[in-house]
Amino acid sequence: MSATELGLPELPAEPYPAEVRERLDADAAEIVDRYPQSRSALLPLLHLVQSEEGFVSRTGIRYCAERLDLTTAEVTAVATFYTMYRRRPAGEYHVGVCTNTLCAVLGGDEIFAELQRHLGIGNNETTEDGSISLEHIECNAACDYAPVVMVNWEFFDNQDPESAKQLVDDLRAGAEVRPTRGARLCGFKDTARILAGFPDERPGAVDESGAGGLPSMAGLRLAHGETLPGTGGPKVVSPRQQQTDDESNGGEGDEA
Amino acid sequence: MTATHPEKLLSPVLSATWGEEKPWTLATYRAHDGYKGLHEALRMNPDDVIALVKDAGLRGRGGAGFPTGMKWQFIPQGDGKPHYLVVNADESEPGTCKDIPLLFANPHSLIEGMIIASWAIRCSHAFIYLRGETVPVLRRLHAAVAEAYEAGYLGRDVLGSGFDLDITVHAGAGAYICGEETALLDSLEGRRGQPRLRPPFPAVAGLYACPTVVNNVESIASVPAILHKGKDWFRTMGSEKSPGFTLYSLSGHVTNPGQYEAPLGVTLRQLLDISGGVREGHTLKFWTPGGSSTPMFTDKHLDVALDYEGVGAAGSMLGTKALQVFDETTCVVRAVTRWTEFYAHESCGKCTPCREGTYWLVQLLRRIEAGEGVPGDLEKLNDIADNINGKSFCALGDGAASPIFSSLQYFRDEYEQHLRERRCPFDPSASTVWAGTRGRRATAGKDRSPEDDPPGDRGPDGQNGDFDPSENGVLA
Repeated sequence: MSATELGLPELPAEPYPAEVRERLDADAAEIVDRYPQSRSALLPLLHLVQSEEGFVSRTGIRYCAERLDLTTAEVTAVATFYTMYRRRPAGEYHVGVCTNTLCAVLGGDEIFAELQRHLGIGNNETTEDGSISLEHIECNAACDYAPVVMVNWEFFDNQDPESAKQLVDDLRAGAEVRPTRGARLCGFKDTARILAGFPDERPGAVDESGAGGLPSMAGLRLAHGETLPGTGGPKVVSPRQQQTDDESNGGEGDEA
Repeated sequence: MTATHPEKLLSPVLSATWGEEKPWTLATYRAHDGYKGLHEALRMNPDDVIALVKDAGLRGRGGAGFPTGMKWQFIPQGDGKPHYLVVNADESEPGTCKDIPLLFANPHSLIEGMIIASWAIRCSHAFIYLRGETVPVLRRLHAAVAEAYEAGYLGRDVLGSGFDLDITVHAGAGAYICGEETALLDSLEGRRGQPRLRPPFPAVAGLYACPTVVNNVESIASVPAILHKGKDWFRTMGSEKSPGFTLYSLSGHVTNPGQYEAPLGVTLRQLLDISGGVREGHTLKFWTPGGSSTPMFTDKHLDVALDYEGVGAAGSMLGTKALQVFDETTCVVRAVTRWTEFYAHESCGKCTPCREGTYWLVQLLRRIEAGEGVPGDLEKLNDIADNINGKSFCALGDGAASPIFSSLQYFRDEYEQHLRERRCPFDPSASTVWAGTRGRRATAGKDRSPEDDPPGDRGPDGQNGDFDPSENGVLA
């Protein structure tokens, strides 16, 4: 480390031990084989080395560079561009709280603040026991389920401060935790392996949690003549000029 | 306008099977006409498939609304180069949440559409670029592609047609900019996701400098139904220029957020009418028609037809049909600040107006929101946004300027109030799900006196303060 502090260039990273390299080589060959040109394999290869160590180390960068005949500078430039590649060791469970506008307004800010207090760590930090890393994330395409929390990139929909605290407590206690959309949680490294393009081998994992929650089905249910919560039955809430019509229709049905 | 019955207003096609048993499996998909469109396509000449999709009038569902068939037609034929189809599944635009639930529940609609599109443009290797942060969807795509190979829909000699096709599922690694099609191509080539100069357009020099079609998930997933049921059926929905069905994603301060698949051209008022309206006791303040990059609307725009022309004529863009609804408890300065922080974070750094401009917008907005703004800040805000808009390398910069311009247009007095009172007049806790009355038939809102309302909501001349519930048909 002292060399770094003096501002001198770092020595090349150590390579992976032979047995690790041998194992990774088989996977890497499969990844490269998916693409017409080998460099396209770089993002999945970075996921792969992340699945080996839990983060993208300098050794991992060297490995990717050697596999694809790139320089470590080229690989580093890519690895540092994308937010999902961690640059230092972090938690077994990566907890991301959406604080983009919609989730933030609906309570994501409060959830994030509460989790920081509860865990005693800040943004992009990891608990001392190495179980949980906390990060605020950008919009994760689940706004109809806001506020949203992601753990190892599985969806935990419609969260509030209490449910989020319970979630991280369960994770730390080693309890089995199931997302609202996604499969029962696996560790961060296993998640990274799926991201590298290797299907989840756990029996039944693909089918877990169904096709989606109420928001996904909302329009479909209405189209089938069903009612939605809080709508008071098949009442038609009409524009202002239709006020009387609205009232005459208002009595049918009740809450779902 | 007349009162609308949900069964008449909505038209589930892509979402029609989501309530069935394991709708993500090939068996369920096939039990509901799945892959019939492909059989139809393979009986046709590829050029006729392109013509059909063009005649149907399908337009891109990813934001820009470019005619899908025309994009396919731009691919030069007989050029001796490989052609590629790349599906943009990098859904990251704030508020947008249609492709992810679609792929989670019905991945085969995309795969069938990809096979048809590949047949049409003579492509033998197609890619799905899925954002990495959605592992549940990745899992189902892996499984669905494997099922499609097994069934002979992919691989060598698809269904005995002599046509070969491979699909590679590619997971991104976290970068909004990769939703921009040329940045996506750079990313898929293993580089930093930065947009390319155009021309040449991807149709001429896309992936590996070969002719490439880049289409949104929903656009491609809409193709099988057109092949199976025909262009006339497709044109019975929507308007002449914006035909067909689409997924509207309702989110925010509404009674029932979710996916509502309807013909193009419905209005927010209609969608709120059938779904229970704005959350109980509250009123609509502002909303986006298609994600944060589309200029915001107010309660004055409830009857704007949500199709490409209607939204455009009203001064915004249809975008991704991400209808993010915010009620009167929401501080517009806070909302815009947060979106701007997003654009600054996601700016790829390639061009100066966007990289530097978004940074300075954030600095200004943060201090205005904190009550530390100074006279002239709003003019400066407008000026910087103007120096980004249309002067950036790609549309991310334009998107960053949209919320600034539109919020200054409709809520300038709220910004001025922040400057004048040297504080934010809103209580963020009032906007949360648990502070509201969503899901309960509470009467809190009705008992509320005007004095309880955040001062920002009371426009002196009703300019942005037209929140009298009796005047607003969208209340639950």
